[in-house]
Amino acid sequence: MSDVADAEGIALKREHPARATLRRLFRHRLFVTGLLLFGVIAVIAITAPWITTADPQRLSMRNKFLPPGEAWVFGTDNFGRSLWSRVVWGAQLSMIIGASVVGLNAVFGTLIGALAGYFRRLDNALMRVNDALMAFPAILLAIAVTSVLGPSTLNVILALSIVYIPRTARIVRSSVIVLREMEYVQAAVAAGAGHWRILRHHILPNAMAPMIVQLSFLFAYAVLSEATLSFLGVGAVPPTPTWGNIMAEGRDFMREAPWIITIPGVALMITVMGLNLLGDGLRDVLDPRLRIQQ
Amino acid sequence: MTTPLVTASGLSKHFEVGGGGFFGLRKAATLKAVDEVSFTINAGETLGLVGESGCGKSTLGRLLLRLIEPTSGTIAFDGNDITRIGRMEMRGYRRSMQIIFQDPYGALNPRMSVEDIIAEPLVIHGAKPGAETRKQVTQMLEKVGLPARALDRFPHEFSGGQRQRIGIARALVLHPRLIVCDEAVSALDVSVQAQIVNLLQDLQREMGLTYLFIAHDLSVVRHISDRVAVMYLGKVVEVADKKTIYAAPLHPYTQALIAAVPAQHPAQRSRGRRQRIAGDIPSALNPPSGCRFHTRCPHVMPVCRERAPELREAAAGHQVACHLTDI
Amino acid sequence: MNLLEVRGLTTAFMTGRGEVNAIEEVSFSLKEGEILGIVGESGSGKSVTALTVMGLLPQPPARVAAGEVVFNGQNLTRMSDRDMQRIRGPGISMIFQEPMTSLNPVFSIGDQIMETIAAHERLSQADLRKRAIDMLDKVGIPSASKRLDDYPHQMSGGQRQRVMIAMALACNPKLLIADEPTTALDVTIQAQILDLLMDLRDEFGMAIMIITHNMGVIAETADRVLVMYAGRVIEEAPVAQVFDRPLHPYTRGLLECVPSLTEDKPRLVAIPGTLPEPARRPPGCRFAPRCSHALPACSEAIPGLELLEPAHTVACFRAQELAPA
Repeated sequence: MSDVADAEGIALKREHPARATLRRLFRHRLFVTGLLLFGVIAVIAITAPWITTADPQRLSMRNKFLPPGEAWVFGTDNFGRSLWSRVVWGAQLSMIIGASVVGLNAVFGTLIGALAGYFRRLDNALMRVNDALMAFPAILLAIAVTSVLGPSTLNVILALSIVYIPRTARIVRSSVIVLREMEYVQAAVAAGAGHWRILRHHILPNAMAPMIVQLSFLFAYAVLSEATLSFLGVGAVPPTPTWGNIMAEGRDFMREAPWIITIPGVALMITVMGLNLLGDGLRDVLDPRLRIQQ
Repeated sequence: MTTPLVTASGLSKHFEVGGGGFFGLRKAATLKAVDEVSFTINAGETLGLVGESGCGKSTLGRLLLRLIEPTSGTIAFDGNDITRIGRMEMRGYRRSMQIIFQDPYGALNPRMSVEDIIAEPLVIHGAKPGAETRKQVTQMLEKVGLPARALDRFPHEFSGGQRQRIGIARALVLHPRLIVCDEAVSALDVSVQAQIVNLLQDLQREMGLTYLFIAHDLSVVRHISDRVAVMYLGKVVEVADKKTIYAAPLHPYTQALIAAVPAQHPAQRSRGRRQRIAGDIPSALNPPSGCRFHTRCPHVMPVCRERAPELREAAAGHQVACHLTDI
Repeated sequence: MNLLEVRGLTTAFMTGRGEVNAIEEVSFSLKEGEILGIVGESGSGKSVTALTVMGLLPQPPARVAAGEVVFNGQNLTRMSDRDMQRIRGPGISMIFQEPMTSLNPVFSIGDQIMETIAAHERLSQADLRKRAIDMLDKVGIPSASKRLDDYPHQMSGGQRQRVMIAMALACNPKLLIADEPTTALDVTIQAQILDLLMDLRDEFGMAIMIITHNMGVIAETADRVLVMYAGRVIEEAPVAQVFDRPLHPYTRGLLECVPSLTEDKPRLVAIPGTLPEPARRPPGCRFAPRCSHALPACSEAIPGLELLEPAHTVACFRAQELAPA
């Protein structure tokens, strides 16, 4: 055929889109900073059994209120427990709770959002329930749920999931509604594709980007909310080491032993800041609305 | 020679607009996007469908493929009524009817490779991914003028014209009989548009395709079509073979539409020489009574405001819906 | 004296791949009351040319790398933002393709027209209103005094474009730049708007620069034509010359690839290949890779514009030998 379309050739340099995305991410300064901050906390949390020697729950009244120093890196608390151990194990718990909430949101938020967005019949019913849940202030709803279920790590995860899944579902739903009308979806319908195939091949992969951005921020909210719940005494039961519990206990000794409340606070700040930077970077690179301007 | 491949009879699509509200209490208005339209497309021909924005031509194209469900009326494909058949039975017909879209950017899934995009219809209809499928995809790709090395590329690596070729390959890979071209060349630059028009014509000859060519560009429609249907506010107002309809249009709207096309040479400038129709296209939500064109028609008569004219045979193969020709 | 004189204008954009020239060495002039058509496909630089003349490109990423724009004896390329604001409106004004987004949805059209006038003239509220009604009347909006308080969403696309024209003409500009003014409109409405532009030119005597990809719009309106391809002017001539004796192979291709409304052509004469993106333009003549007459020399140097016939310039090494007898 004489009028072959590429007189200048199709671009010589080729790259899988996923790789191109990764390359752009790692060139994004904020994303890399966020990843580093979050990465440090994540590594500490994973390696907790090996980098702590003292049992975080072992009391030792002799050693109480020791300031950070050579023997006790982060010092000790009002019961003489190693603050290093407690903060590191607390990090692990924060990560477990964050990851679980993110995981449950990824599954159920996507499911509800995709069903509501794709099947118009379900939309009204699902979204009204959603709106009802979203009408409560997040933290009040979480407190209410944990007080009903009783304070425990698992219940914190459940409470935070109930709070945040409607929000994730709404984001997924809005991208599905846009994607459902895309012409490539119409083309698949015209080719005889069923609902499942359209959702799996055409809608969900393209709804992933805004969802990943949302989930990275959600991780930060979950960690923060868990600390809040523990601090208020409706989270994991003391003496379980969580950042919120440690800070709640340290609050009474802020003058004599300021490190007890400061150190977990700083750890919390680093985690949340890291995740927010990470999320900002993801949004810059993944969100198509911003990418069009390139 | 003229066996009808598609016959639409009294086809309508009404959309409910603005209804719903919190308890579904708000009353909806009815938008008659397509209203009692009847026509046939003969096997092997190209029927051009022209009209201005909001006339319902795109909706009509999608109705024929049952991408949208009709409110009333019937569609017969190859003599079989497909209006109310079930999803699985319809799937069999989908092999034979495909669509090419306007927007070369929105028509291809950005996360699928060219191979996956073109193979998808084959896979849906039972092909196993593998060497045989890959061969069919490569052949199709070459047919539309793209090299085999495009297979593992992604849509963003192609220009608008190349993407349109990929969309055509996807539509043709099942060897369908009917293709609905919905503004398939409208978004392209003119120099590229001519390539795609030529390609569509070559493929039609080679594969014996039947086209419903929906467009607003009257000169492209004249070039590619055998017969042309003109729509205005959900109604077909005139159908004839292309020579007749362009040389001797009967409906005042068709006449105005052709007169409005810009000249092809400065010596034929139309300003002051040709009659213009005044005013805007009325909203389809609240179309004029009687003949829908009466608000803009230069030949309007009292009867036009009261009674909608029927689409009638004015001469052999020339149908028009106008009270002027009824007398 | 020419109303507008553009000399060797080069506008560059900062992109991820370094600085890219959107337009290069663009030169043309415009007399009072003249209609100049600039025709080109996507990536030709026709809109960038217009926006550079208007000084509407955000800097950075855009930058006027070379050349100058002289309007009414004043050099616009060296003008401050404040002075430029005084030129826009009474000097040069512009209408755009998309009449939906060019109007602010939260103000009535009357407010928007009056605001434009008030920015340049001190008039009483009553006089402003009278002027606005007068303008709407001139652009053919029926019962203008009633429509003045309407909001953009209450009007059709064609009416919005009329309102845009009314706003553009409210300060009696000497030059109106119309960037694809009818591309978003239906043909019957397009014909009305083109007629309107011509009528207004006859009435007010302003010059018009009409930018389009549609040769039909050029045939309907232009006195003189500038053909652009991949950022450069490749041909310039009076309108009849361009249609009767196109000298550049691209111009010829552009005319031939459009189907006719009256004749049957068995097949369209297509130009092979794709329009080059600004960052990936070929060396030498930009059109060489798609040109059926290209010689090896065409890919080595960029041909300059040369006056081949009276008032007819073309940028092609082979224009002379390929010219029709």
